[in-house]
Amino acid sequence: MEQPLLEVRDLHVSYAVYQGLLKVIDGVEFSVARREKVGVIGESGCGKTTTMKSIMRILANNAVVEGGVITYKDRDLMKISSHDLTVLRRTSMSMIFQDPTAALNPVFKVGDQLQDVVRYSKLVGHNPTDKEVRSKAIELLKAAALPEPARILDSYPFQLSGGMRQRVCIALSLASAQDLLIADEPGTSLDVTIEDQIMRLLKGIVEEKGLSVILITHSIGTAKGFVTKMLVMYAGTIVEESPTEELFVNPLHPYTQLLLKAVPKLTGGGIPEGIGGRIPSYLSPPPGCRFVNRCPFAMTKCQSKPPFVHVGNGHKVACFLYGG
Amino acid sequence: MILQEDILQVSHLKKYFKTSRGLVRAVDDVSFGVALNETFGLVGESGSGKSTVGHIVVGIYSPTEGKITFSGRDISMGVGRRPKDLKKELQIVFQDPASSLNPRRTIRQILELPVRVHGLASGDGVGRRVYEIMDRIELPHEYADRYPGELGGGEKQAVAIGRALATDPSLVVLDEPTSALDVSIQAKIINMLLKFQKEYGLSYLFITHNLSLMRNVAQRVAIMYLGKVRELAETSEFFSNPLHPYTKMLLSAVPVITPEEEKMKPEKVVSTGEISGAIDIPPGCSFHPRCPFRMDICDKVDPPMIEYQEGHYVSCHLFPAGVPSASSGSGSKSSSKDK
Repeated sequence: MEQPLLEVRDLHVSYAVYQGLLKVIDGVEFSVARREKVGVIGESGCGKTTTMKSIMRILANNAVVEGGVITYKDRDLMKISSHDLTVLRRTSMSMIFQDPTAALNPVFKVGDQLQDVVRYSKLVGHNPTDKEVRSKAIELLKAAALPEPARILDSYPFQLSGGMRQRVCIALSLASAQDLLIADEPGTSLDVTIEDQIMRLLKGIVEEKGLSVILITHSIGTAKGFVTKMLVMYAGTIVEESPTEELFVNPLHPYTQLLLKAVPKLTGGGIPEGIGGRIPSYLSPPPGCRFVNRCPFAMTKCQSKPPFVHVGNGHKVACFLYGG
Repeated sequence: MILQEDILQVSHLKKYFKTSRGLVRAVDDVSFGVALNETFGLVGESGSGKSTVGHIVVGIYSPTEGKITFSGRDISMGVGRRPKDLKKELQIVFQDPASSLNPRRTIRQILELPVRVHGLASGDGVGRRVYEIMDRIELPHEYADRYPGELGGGEKQAVAIGRALATDPSLVVLDEPTSALDVSIQAKIINMLLKFQKEYGLSYLFITHNLSLMRNVAQRVAIMYLGKVRELAETSEFFSNPLHPYTKMLLSAVPVITPEEEKMKPEKVVSTGEISGAIDIPPGCSFHPRCPFRMDICDKVDPPMIEYQEGHYVSCHLFPAGVPSASSGSGSKSSSKDK
């Protein structure tokens, strides 16, 4: 079997805060193959972004990686030298953030920001002329389906609409993502029509360039139309991993089942109950399954860690209902 | 669109804002009525003017033109000049409870305020009233002296709803009440709202951009684009037989999770372009630059709102006035021919 592009093993990340240690990421494991599109779904505060920031090594200063191995292109990202990490970030992997307004610097023109990235990424050789850089930047904006790229280069971010800003961010990330693109809620702050356009654009680009993608989203419908493998996260753990189609036909984890039910349907039929309670405090999370306090099927043995049960066909679930 | 017995009647409502860059026509001739006990939905993209309509109804802005009546009384003036007993009847819940609740006030202080302002209780009664409200929104009494920052998103929104219901209103404007919440919490909050509607006979003006949610809560839906209502129908009709190309575009862009939902999407009207600013509104039908069925007339004449079928209103040149409603079932077919 081909070596996966990215492999995360038993990742543990905590945040040091005034009250103590927030034990957020608890044993996250997954892999991303070349050209694979993986979706990470889960509610706010479940550790989706923290996991991705661990991969990019851009965690906040108070974050503590307490354990785990992240292998990317056969190298251990936790032990890699800062020079090599820089090389990876500028030529191999990149991230699109949720809020394009916050991701772009308001006091520099789009052109300045994009051309810096183009230079830095060495996309046009080591000593490019300004003209080469500019034409590459225009090419990237065109790839992101932005009309009048020359005018966009001379605009400040606030002169563009939200959808256009997100397209600029896509252009920025395309400059350096040659292998892996992490898209963190790329359409969430946009209207559905614009989100639909952005997702179609992204899909076209990554398929054409043969990139691997990790799409983080809390919109299950958006993920369904985009990815081939889904990871369901709850309170810092991956509770279920499944091929996309399979997850909707046969959701196994009680959390996944409740979450899918809670999504309002276009076909009507009313709003179901939702999930009672809230995500446990990360200061003192339950020692076993972290969903135990909200789970309708909770048992005594749920106080210990459930195993990640393989039910076949690439479908895995972390729940005692399925063995262990 | 407006019936005599409607509790809220909005007719030819306009709201223009003067800015240094020109006149913003945020709401431009909007008419609708909300029946007693009804949930009336307003949908549209950001910038369509749907929130402005809601804000005018509760009096945050006064209208530039047009008339709003509530229970037969004229409330077109701004909130400052409204009689206090009317303010009590109309309440609003905002999108983001983190910013609509004062972070430096306890839950008790937040819930007390409307009770005191409207003189609904005095002395010990105020405290009892606060606990009553907390019982309604299923918040334990020990939360009374906590601050909003100590509560989860769903609990905060429950407090905002409790505050709105504290005065026993008859109509509540819900301005994207669950957009800031996760789906599991959204379901809880929506169920709470539906329960209150039944218990207290409330009417809701429900504003959201989430069509899937709208399908499940509203009895009638109006869709707005650049300050104008473009289609209005009963919910099931609106979703099963959408007429306006904009409605179809919005529906086809909704991310869905079941094959049944996929089937409901209109033959793919691919979403293109984006809503323009409300200063330079395109001439004629303001949707024409994005419309896949654009005709010559569309950038010249703004189509009037017509009743295409009973209770189904649309403003689009594809559906000219005077067409007998017997043939209306073929509405979506005739539009696909134009492609």
